[in-house]
Amino acid sequence: MGILEVKNVGKRFGGLQALGDVNLSVAENSVHAIIGPNGAGKSTLLNCLVGKLIPDTGSVMFDGQSVLGRKPFEINQMGISRVFQTPEIFGDLSVLENMLIPCFAKRDGAFHLSAFKNMLDDKEIIDRAQHMLEEMKMADKHGMNAASLSRGDKRRLEIGMCLSQEPRLLLLDEPTAGMARADTNNTIDLLKQISDERDITIAIIEHDMHVVFSLAERITVLAQGTPLVEDTPDNIKGHPKVREAYLGETQDAA
Amino acid sequence: MLKLNKRDTMLFVIVTAMVFLAPFLLNPFPQGSSMAQMFNAGYPDLMQRFVIFGILVIGFNILFGLTGYLSFGHAAFLGIGSYSAVWMFKLLSMNIIPALILSMIVAGIFSLVIGYVSLRRSGIYFSILTLAFAQMSYNLAYSVLGNPSSNYNLTNGETGLQLALNDPRVLDGAAAANGALPVTKLFGLAMRDSYNLNVGGWLFTFNVGYYVAGILMLISFYISIRIFRSPFGMMLRAVKSNQQRMNYTGLNTKPYTLAAFVISGMYAGLAGGLLSSMDPLAGAERMHWTASGEIVIMAILGGVGTLIGPIVGAGFNEYFKNILSKINDGVLHQWLSFLPDGLENFIVGILHYFVGKGWHLTLGLLFMMVIIFLPGGLVEGGQRLAKMFKRKKTDDGSDSNNTPAE
Repeated sequence: MGILEVKNVGKRFGGLQALGDVNLSVAENSVHAIIGPNGAGKSTLLNCLVGKLIPDTGSVMFDGQSVLGRKPFEINQMGISRVFQTPEIFGDLSVLENMLIPCFAKRDGAFHLSAFKNMLDDKEIIDRAQHMLEEMKMADKHGMNAASLSRGDKRRLEIGMCLSQEPRLLLLDEPTAGMARADTNNTIDLLKQISDERDITIAIIEHDMHVVFSLAERITVLAQGTPLVEDTPDNIKGHPKVREAYLGETQDAA
Repeated sequence: MLKLNKRDTMLFVIVTAMVFLAPFLLNPFPQGSSMAQMFNAGYPDLMQRFVIFGILVIGFNILFGLTGYLSFGHAAFLGIGSYSAVWMFKLLSMNIIPALILSMIVAGIFSLVIGYVSLRRSGIYFSILTLAFAQMSYNLAYSVLGNPSSNYNLTNGETGLQLALNDPRVLDGAAAANGALPVTKLFGLAMRDSYNLNVGGWLFTFNVGYYVAGILMLISFYISIRIFRSPFGMMLRAVKSNQQRMNYTGLNTKPYTLAAFVISGMYAGLAGGLLSSMDPLAGAERMHWTASGEIVIMAILGGVGTLIGPIVGAGFNEYFKNILSKINDGVLHQWLSFLPDGLENFIVGILHYFVGKGWHLTLGLLFMMVIIFLPGGLVEGGQRLAKMFKRKKTDDGSDSNNTPAE
């Protein structure tokens, strides 16, 4: 029994069957990649997991509890953090404040009226945020406006923000999209380090095969809304069905 | 001091000093001179408006400045506060404390309901919803609930809600026995009492109502600083910055925005209650949408999202409104009498449209200039000046010390 169990999930947008009959089991403390050509339904599936979309059929269980019908913030409080394709951070706030917010959310819950506390007096939270910034090697940038960070740093910050909540499942939506090779490799190293050092399950949606094969322990290939195969990276590499699914799109993808 | 950091403490001390010394600061010209007639603003009426609108905009800024939700109906809470206070004067006592408490409570309840519905949408739709609610409140106050012949005459319609000799005033009804309307007071201190100080040619007026409102503004300002520096304030800024990330960080944005809305509604209620405490007459025009627009203008003029901006904006707006509407053609002729007659008449003819009843035009132009050249409001202007000044000073310093420039 995996930490995340997706059973018979289907989602239809008007005439388009975006997800057919998806079954997926993500084992605890593993790195699981979901790949597939454009339009395969990867993002739709992810949105069903975090509460942005509600599937028409099927069930999604996280750690034995259903996530269906819960709002994104409730699902996050259950222990699922999401990293977006384009980094979603608080651009108007400083880097430290960006890190403080998830720390407060973790400790104080979805809503906490603390209008008369001085933020900077909360040593516990400040220490935690600063520790996380150090871990992300961003401590020297704590006073900067988050919007002025480089793309790679924004990604690091976002991942750090998610990790500071100590999630049990980290979902990443094409975390290296639009990145230069060097930044991509840095991100791969960071994710490797995270999965080695922490009790955390990582599910990653990715286009870049280099990223997928350097990270994943198991891979699910999605095509036209249904899972084609699920196997280890080595077996996926030479799988004829996978080649077939990708050949229509790019010659060198597989 | 007071659990504020150094900069905030300095700001608070400066504002406190300005509030207490306002009767001096606003009366720079000797009594009776023509300059005094035009530019002195140290009379009770206007000074009260400075601080009361200061409270209103400080509260508005907690919503608009921090969360970015632009409410276009805040005047409704001002009006509701005004009516509540007058009702308290009519029914209970002329003491302003129960009146102010009721104003804040009633405005808080209204803002809870209006905010709960309006905050289902964001951006322009939120603004339109609040505008609709405010206009509904205005119409309720103006006609539906203000029909003098009905049993539900809550607002007395067009005439406005005012005191009457036969009001019950449970706690101090006997005070009206001599046939004169009682005055609002804080225990023994009547709001309209003033102490006049004559120094040389100057006349300084220290009005009780002004100081009561001023102290309440300082308290409001202090609370606003604390909110700005609290985790709650940071969450509100996060709402403005990225709601998506908030949701996926396990934070429910709705109670945060609703709390900000209710807090700012209660500030507006307090301001409304204070307006009635200074002059116990509440009219529906206080809730009109143009009044809501003026709150937005004051906030933007001063600097949205800054601590001191709302006070600056409210003061600036009220001061210029007052001065510009006092200038008439006669004054213009007097000022321009050194010019040849034809030219004088021509210039007065043009300026005529910008002063007196045309004050809206000048204030509108000033507003446009601030928006275009100082998008951060007058506070940004101040910061730029301070920066220029600082640079100059360091330049001078490096010259005198003969140290190489960096």
